[in-house]
Amino acid sequence: MAHVIFGINLTLAIPAVPLMHSHETILKASALLLLSLLLSACGGESGGREARVDEGIRLGVLHKGNGAEPQGLDPHTTSGIPENHIITALFEGLVSKNPQTLEVEPGVAESWDISEDGLSYTFHLRHDARWSNNDPLTAEDFRWSWQRAMTPALANVNSYMFFPIVNAEAFATGEISDFTQVGVEVSDPYTLQVRLRAPAPYLLQLFDHHTTYPVHRATIESFGDPSDRLTAWARPGNLVGNGPFLLTEWEVNSRLRIEKNPRYWDSAAVQLSAVVFYPTENLTTEERMFRDGQLHYTEDVPIDKVPVYLRNEPDLIEISPYLGTYFYIVNTKKAPFDDVRVRKALALSIDRQLLVETVLQGLYEPAYALVPPGTLGYQPPQVFEYDPEEAKRLLAEAGFAGGQGFPPFEILYNTHEQHQKIAVTLQQMWQQTLGIQATLLNQEWQVYLDTQKNRNYGVSRRSWIGDYVDPNTFLDMYISGGGNNYTGFSNARYDEIVLHLAPRTADRQQRYTLYKEAETLLMNEMPILPIYTYRSKHLMSPCIQGMPENIMDWITWKYVYLECPAQ
Amino acid sequence: MWRFTVLRVLQAIPVILTVITLTFFLIRAAPGGPFSSEKAVSPQVQAALEARYRLDQPILQQYFSYLADLAHGDLGPTFRYPGRTVDELILDGLPITAELGFYALMIALVLGVTAGVVASLKPNTLQDYVPMGAAMVGICMPSFLLGPLLVLVFGIWLQWLPVSGWGSTPGDKLLPSITLGAMYAGYIARLSRAGMLEVLSQDYLRTARAKGLPEYVVILKHALRGGLLPVVSYLGPAFAYLLSGSFVVETIFQIPGLGRFYIQAAFNRDYTMILGTTVFLATLIVVFNLLSDIAATWLNPRLRYQYKQ
Amino acid sequence: MTTADLQVIPRGVSLWQDAWTRLRKNKLAMAGLVFLLLITLLCLLTPWLVAYGYEQQDLRLGAVPPSADHWLGTDTFGRDQLTRILYGGRMSLAVGFIATAVALLIGVTYGAIAGYAGGRIDNAMMRLVDMLYALPFMIFIILLMVVFGRNLLLLFLAIGAVEWLTMARIVRGQILSLRQQEFVEAAVSLGLGPVAIVWRHLIPNALGPVIVYTTLTIPNVMLLEALLSFLGLGVQAPAASWGLLISSGVETMEEYPWLLIFPGLTLTLSLFALNFLGDGLRDALDPRTAKD
Repeated sequence: MAHVIFGINLTLAIPAVPLMHSHETILKASALLLLSLLLSACGGESGGREARVDEGIRLGVLHKGNGAEPQGLDPHTTSGIPENHIITALFEGLVSKNPQTLEVEPGVAESWDISEDGLSYTFHLRHDARWSNNDPLTAEDFRWSWQRAMTPALANVNSYMFFPIVNAEAFATGEISDFTQVGVEVSDPYTLQVRLRAPAPYLLQLFDHHTTYPVHRATIESFGDPSDRLTAWARPGNLVGNGPFLLTEWEVNSRLRIEKNPRYWDSAAVQLSAVVFYPTENLTTEERMFRDGQLHYTEDVPIDKVPVYLRNEPDLIEISPYLGTYFYIVNTKKAPFDDVRVRKALALSIDRQLLVETVLQGLYEPAYALVPPGTLGYQPPQVFEYDPEEAKRLLAEAGFAGGQGFPPFEILYNTHEQHQKIAVTLQQMWQQTLGIQATLLNQEWQVYLDTQKNRNYGVSRRSWIGDYVDPNTFLDMYISGGGNNYTGFSNARYDEIVLHLAPRTADRQQRYTLYKEAETLLMNEMPILPIYTYRSKHLMSPCIQGMPENIMDWITWKYVYLECPAQ
Repeated sequence: MWRFTVLRVLQAIPVILTVITLTFFLIRAAPGGPFSSEKAVSPQVQAALEARYRLDQPILQQYFSYLADLAHGDLGPTFRYPGRTVDELILDGLPITAELGFYALMIALVLGVTAGVVASLKPNTLQDYVPMGAAMVGICMPSFLLGPLLVLVFGIWLQWLPVSGWGSTPGDKLLPSITLGAMYAGYIARLSRAGMLEVLSQDYLRTARAKGLPEYVVILKHALRGGLLPVVSYLGPAFAYLLSGSFVVETIFQIPGLGRFYIQAAFNRDYTMILGTTVFLATLIVVFNLLSDIAATWLNPRLRYQYKQ
Repeated sequence: MTTADLQVIPRGVSLWQDAWTRLRKNKLAMAGLVFLLLITLLCLLTPWLVAYGYEQQDLRLGAVPPSADHWLGTDTFGRDQLTRILYGGRMSLAVGFIATAVALLIGVTYGAIAGYAGGRIDNAMMRLVDMLYALPFMIFIILLMVVFGRNLLLLFLAIGAVEWLTMARIVRGQILSLRQQEFVEAAVSLGLGPVAIVWRHLIPNALGPVIVYTTLTIPNVMLLEALLSFLGLGVQAPAASWGLLISSGVETMEEYPWLLIFPGLTLTLSLFALNFLGDGLRDALDPRTAKD
């Protein structure tokens, strides 16, 4: 799941309707005055209709705001968060995630054995797993699906996730075309063997990622070449899945409905009869839909509404730590940022606590490292803190006492209200503490990506959301020459740990010690200025049960049900 | 008149072709591309994606194959929604945007022309100031402000109308139509007042009045025809601009219309979708500007002379 | 302009003087003019009038309603709103007037030429307008930013380049209908050149709709500026404009209503003033009004 804060979000066009409070009367009066001028002849029907959410509770139908319109539902060609919410309900992988602990639990595989050396995994598939058209689901389905997912012509952006498997990388990059050479073997219809080229301690989690989900061969082949990403097999009426729900309706930009799949092996455990997903690119519209009784659950909450809900309706808002970090990157190849003292001065002069408490409404946690704390027990190192005096000293040492002679520079961010707020605040903090002048430069999303990739920036905002719960999903970003490393940071020891030492260490604590060493190296060089750790935030009907909060913001649909607490 | 219409329809072809050509090359000049993402994509995947969408071919070849497909009415697959075609998405969104636009323009015309005519009859009196004040409010209040205000009052406070949707709950079409129509109503009111004032002072109306015709006949039969001329000139592009104008309203009210595709395609660099919606918009503009010119000729007999030459 | 021209319309020289005399009698229009001059003056003198900087934050203070220290309250950064509105006015008024002037200049000239020339030239010119209408605006803006970077002049030009199209259509429609009238034939028979006819006879007669459409263009331009600034072309945060203040005020209109009401009121009052002035000008310039 790549991070999807859309540059397209035209916040300008996206107004808000906040909650009631003391200023309500002023606004109400002026609004009514203006409106009566315009609309003196306009009437409307009175209330009395049953709110959609109430009807939903009666019928077991959950209405969910889902962020952007899903681009597609083919598990092997999509990579976004909105798609993931739906695909995880329509398909199921070898394993599934416990929503409470995020540890893996049996999915299509009933059990699995791992060899002593950690290089061979044997999955025992349950015999009662079926496709939604009643075809049996076997190990061959997985083998064929993975072959499809890795076929170069399909252009699956997540195919790299298979790379720990023997020869998977060679197959996915087109070096070999014989899939039998890849370490995936069907020993009998219900046994699947996977061989790895090196140990990958987080591997089991990948078998819960949608890129490893099985897809129905006969269906896909009936729509043409399986490696053609443009066929219409993943549409209502066509799609055959193996998850707890079936796709029944999909109107683009309007709604998408899934209904309980009676052929799912664990359908007795599934309590919802349907889920309806609404595209809600516009956060304030989503919040209004929630207030109007159209949604049980929202994908997000406008930040200015958070304190109001916390104050007035704390039962309706859920805020929990999230596996993502908001930070700035610094171009270490560009003067004056090639001096580590300058980078440190920038980092040390940001009063994160103040920023978080005021501009960010107390919503997020200040961050002092790249990996979010609490990533399955990992605690990142803290090598620095807010220290304006030390920051001034470092800047003076670098030859810019009091900001004298420091060249003016630009803070790059993609067009979005929230990014602008943070940039404006940092600009002021740097000016007041260090006496240096920054101007803001906002660019449209695609232009911004381009500028970063071409290293055509000084300081730029960035964020990263973990793909799986392991420090590796953050730290492998800053290996030398890494595709996502736009800072020019390069450190041999760092590379060695991230690429070789940590993956070979099976023990979690030992691995974390290594990662901590790597992250300390990173933070001492300061190519990134961590700002805050994300939190996920949702408006949520108190009638939703079985949806515990977790740092991946992950929903395991089969456990969710609607039941209003007794008053 | 027929000759004129046929000629104009024929002229539409080079106009639209030029627009396609310019757009085709302009969007490829814009930084980024349909496959860029925050997370780096491997070169192999990038190449495979480009191959699938024929982006690896020389640009002129891409251009001519696009035109060839277009000649068959095929606008191509969208980049953003794999498995769907641009034709399909346009056909899905069009009826909705068209309906929204129709209601909005009806509201705008009825309110706007009435306000403008009423105001023009007694200029610089209360009968002028009140409707024109209302019109100014409509103009000053952009839809990104009016929409949420209406929702707040009628959706949240009074609970009369749904806050979003289109055709799924009774009454959910009212607020979006008013929001979109309000600005147009303001414009039309101002323009028709000005046009009417222009006409009302002309000699032929004095003659009509002198002949003892009742005032309403003078207004409706004689004055309105000329007085609405500026409104008609404005309506051509206004109709066509509903497509882009409805974007804000469609976003606020969560309406699955065409306006959202039109704007978002540009940000997503969804080349085929940008071109598809642009071809469509170009056609609309040509058609509505033509209709508006024909209406202008009909309203103003003097212009007919022009086309007889 | 030759003496012969002046003799054709005896009141020619005094047209503007006459208009001014008539305008002065129109109380509403004069009130509008005074208001606009006043607000322009205030915006120009802002740096010497206010106690705060537009970018000056007081994060601990945050958003507070109007008080003795902050007459119009503060925003979520604790920035003084009065200061920001006055600084924002510089941008909004500048873009409102300059971009509209650009649109007016191009639109009236283009429309007048097309309308007067008629026939093939008119047709070709108006088809070009059709094409420009149809080009995808967002792509145009993105490209402008990429090629030229952030640039205020560019912002004015970009807005002007978009807004002149409808103006051209309206002017052309008017001229087309006017040029068949007797007084034009009279002028032609008197040997006047096309430039003189268009400039001295046709445009003055088409001024009514032009002025009205101009007063309609200004609010449009100011709001368009907010959109473009938000996209990165135009004023850059922490600076502001009225449009930007309003659009961010909408987001928090119930938590902090003063952040919407005051900028909204400023914009609306200015546009009302402008509108009264526009109507007054229209009446004053109308050659026929004098006869009434």
